[in-house]
Amino acid sequence: MVVWTDFERATITDIFSKLDYEAVGGATLARCLVVYPWTQRYFGNFGNLYNAAAISGNPMVAKHGTTILHGLDRAVKNMDDIKATYAELSVLHSEKLHVDPDNFKLLSDCLTIVVAAQLGKDFTGEVQAAFQKFLAVVVSALGRQYH
Amino acid sequence: MSLSAKDKDTVKVFWAKVADKVEEVGSDALSRMLAVYPQTKTYFSHWKDLSPGSAPVNKHGKTVMLGVGQAVACIDDLNAGLLTLSELHAFTLRVDPANFKILSHCLLVVLSIKFPNDFTPEVHVSLDKFLAALSRALSEKYR
Repeated sequence: MVVWTDFERATITDIFSKLDYEAVGGATLARCLVVYPWTQRYFGNFGNLYNAAAISGNPMVAKHGTTILHGLDRAVKNMDDIKATYAELSVLHSEKLHVDPDNFKLLSDCLTIVVAAQLGKDFTGEVQAAFQKFLAVVVSALGRQYH
Repeated sequence: MSLSAKDKDTVKVFWAKVADKVEEVGSDALSRMLAVYPQTKTYFSHWKDLSPGSAPVNKHGKTVMLGVGQAVACIDDLNAGLLTLSELHAFTLRVDPANFKILSHCLLVVLSIKFPNDFTPEVHVSLDKFLAALSRALSEKYR
């Protein structure tokens, strides 16, 4: 079971309460598709992903980015049992979406970078540590049901 | 995943903007690494003070960033340009190369904070590729 300090709980709740889901979600997925272009394999029906400008302006990318980010809400609300909370989503990503779980780490690195830009100086080393710990637990839970 | 001409240009242009903040950027990246990945502290057991903004962290952050700057200058032949640094890391420092990735990530986070408008996805991908190439060149002499 993951042990969270008071600081970590407060930090995660605080970050997500202030998050602009549309801006951050879209920017994160777009950044992932640009920086790690092989991730585009999962979005064959998203239309124009030919270059960074096209990706950043693609409305399907923006919409899906927001969906993904809202998916994290459940983990924020159930920090003490993220593994169980995401069991179903893990099965979905494995059996239906066939997503290589290594991609979860790539997306979470992009999310860290986008949130860092948003929060600026407030994204201190301690805040980053808490945020990355949270994302690592999420990533682990999402990969849990793969077999 | 080698560096295209466009990658190299992007890196040089962006790094010119970072050039006058090397100590600040280096110190922040190093502090973050020590906080977010505590296992990295094992390489600095000889420092009295590992807290963010301490004298050894500032000094060493600057040293590391000057090394990155050196890599930007020899971007057309990283292996040759970083030979001495590679030998230092291989035979004297013996830093596990996994840590290069960790520090690279922390550096990207700092750049994202300090240059939110310049650190676009295109700049991000070129820099990520460059730091990976730099890390490879730095590990060249390990075995």
